Amino acid sequence: MNKSVKVELNCPAPVQEFDSITIGHGGGGKLTQNLLKSGVFSLLDNEWLREQGDSAIIKLNGKTAFSTDTFVVSPLIFPGGTIGDLAVNGTVNDLSVSGAKPLYLSLSFILEEGLEMKLFQQILHSIRVACSEADVKVITGDTKVVEKGKGDQIFINTTGIGEMHSKSKMGMNRIKSGDVVLISGSMARHGITIMSKRNGLEFETKLNSDTRPLNRICLELIETFGSKVHLMRDPTRGGVANVLNEIAEQTSMGIQLYEKELPVEDEVAGACEMLGLDPLYVANEGLFVAIVDAEIAEECVEFIRKWEYGSNAAAIGIVTEDHPFKVVLHSAIGGRRVLAQATGELLPRIC
Amino acid sequence: MKYLSEFRDEEIVRTLLWKIRNCITRPWNIMEVCGGQTHGLVRHGLLQMLPEEVRMIHGPGCPVCVTPASLIDKAVELALDHDVILCSYGDMLRVPGSSLSLQQARAKGGDIRILYSPLEAVNIASQNPDKEVVFFAVGFETTAPANALSVEKAYRQKLNNYSILSAHVMVPPAMEAIMSDPETKVDGFLGAGHVCTVMGLGEYRPLVEKWKIPIVVTGFEPVDLLEGIYMVVSQLEKGEYRLENQYKRVVGKNGNQMAVHLVNSVFEYRDREWRGIGEIPMSGLFLANKYRAYDATLKFGPLKERISEDSGCLSGDVMKGKIKPHECPHFGNGCTPEKPLGAPMVSSEGACAAYYNYVTQESTE
Repeated sequence: MNKSVKVELNCPAPVQEFDSITIGHGGGGKLTQNLLKSGVFSLLDNEWLREQGDSAIIKLNGKTAFSTDTFVVSPLIFPGGTIGDLAVNGTVNDLSVSGAKPLYLSLSFILEEGLEMKLFQQILHSIRVACSEADVKVITGDTKVVEKGKGDQIFINTTGIGEMHSKSKMGMNRIKSGDVVLISGSMARHGITIMSKRNGLEFETKLNSDTRPLNRICLELIETFGSKVHLMRDPTRGGVANVLNEIAEQTSMGIQLYEKELPVEDEVAGACEMLGLDPLYVANEGLFVAIVDAEIAEECVEFIRKWEYGSNAAAIGIVTEDHPFKVVLHSAIGGRRVLAQATGELLPRIC
Repeated sequence: MKYLSEFRDEEIVRTLLWKIRNCITRPWNIMEVCGGQTHGLVRHGLLQMLPEEVRMIHGPGCPVCVTPASLIDKAVELALDHDVILCSYGDMLRVPGSSLSLQQARAKGGDIRILYSPLEAVNIASQNPDKEVVFFAVGFETTAPANALSVEKAYRQKLNNYSILSAHVMVPPAMEAIMSDPETKVDGFLGAGHVCTVMGLGEYRPLVEKWKIPIVVTGFEPVDLLEGIYMVVSQLEKGEYRLENQYKRVVGKNGNQMAVHLVNSVFEYRDREWRGIGEIPMSGLFLANKYRAYDATLKFGPLKERISEDSGCLSGDVMKGKIKPHECPHFGNGCTPEKPLGAPMVSSEGACAAYYNYVTQESTE
């Protein structure tokens, strides 16, 4: 009975280095910890993340703005940015156009099994750069992994908190007849850039997405012009047309828009012609529309033009009591047409 | 944008409007055949700028609008029941079939992809040899050459997993059908510029002669459209009927012979049903015998019996010019771009959607 048994250790040691996301990375165990430590925590390091508590504890002063957004985009990396930039700038901009200084973000990922680790790292890196540019801190977050086929590589949610500027007096109820509609730069860059890289529609262009944080310019505008700024909005999905329609709808006022004044770069205009799209309906990611008192409109445009990305800022329309609830575009040739709310997905036309 | 801004010049537009006003003495009904022209007229607000004597009638030239529901049903069936990769131009997605649109079929799990070129569909087929790839070949003579080229390319590459669902229709037979309708009110036509870029002008001369009606082949920009209208009105006022070409910078007399040859070798002409209008003789393009293997209806089974569409949609009357879109009782009232009863409310080239999206309320009253 004294037989010796030779035991061989032929079971491979668990793989610690992964080149893609596995279900285990979302399990909450060691793999999740490793993923967070090697990526999220080290790149976005701050006192709250170091704490690793179940909540981040913060102190707020005065009125606070609170906003959330979820980001799904294909391709994940595009000229001028990544889904990571969008996730940071999107929420930063929602807070900024509300008149708040963005301070803190939450950051949640839904990762699809098989997502390349390198790509995830690249997205994290872009999040870090975007956070530092916008001067916001990621103080809490979450990571879940779903099975292959149950997601589209990566979905990101960010929620943000910002401190309201004391001079901000914006709101739909502040808008009155005669107010001027301003735009902070050229329209439709982001949407057209993304479309130019989408499978099946690719076309050559030198365009970059306009994704960028708007916090500095928005807050400077409020600091300078105070209550004369009646409303700001960032025209992302649905473009400028949708934002203006929402304003007309909610204020029961009409908006007159002047096609000649609309800033659209030649390359964007060309691509829109080719695809049969109207730039007014195409998404932007670093642009804002402001409704301001007529007496400061000109000064305001000049002010935005001095901003790094504002050289194409323009006054594009006015608020009117005529045609309530409707946005009416005065075409470049002197015609008029209603600018309706977009129906849904932007679909390129046949011819 | 150079070469475009000149054709959107306010001064030239004003001059042309003045010329039209100066020569017109009575009302004339002018049909722009092509949906792209309808889109241009409403997008730039031209309809309200024209003198009231110019009555524009919006023709059947929106390809997705006239694609019969039975073909959309087939496309939906291919995507859902035959597990094919179904490729389509974008604006086809929202058009309702008899039960589902392609957009709804995609939500049910169909692999439906929006492409800009059918050649991309051929690439998808060669990259996915174990999947069947079908391109929903919709359009007039303008998209026919590219679709023909895709079949020719698949044939040369000996691909056996590519086919097309052809919904191609031709403009001249539709114009003939409109003129044959005793109720028709059309006095003159703006011919479809881009269609003629491919096919040339030859097919239109017999129509001019037979129906003694002016046809002016016209472009799509405001200056083009107004010049085309002016040329038609001038002829009508002088009692003349001629074929003229306003769009000379793009349309040559003989069209694009290489494209015509390709279309004629890949396709053959047969009768085709137009949604809302009915069957028009020799108006459809079907794959020629040599390319039968690329015909999705032969590969996956024929179209289902035509289902009578009784949604109350009056699109046929709109496309024949009998009523204006807003004169339909359902317009904006049970029929909107979000929930269309008929196809012209779907595509931005469709007359109803164009009116719904662009025309100001006061001018439709």
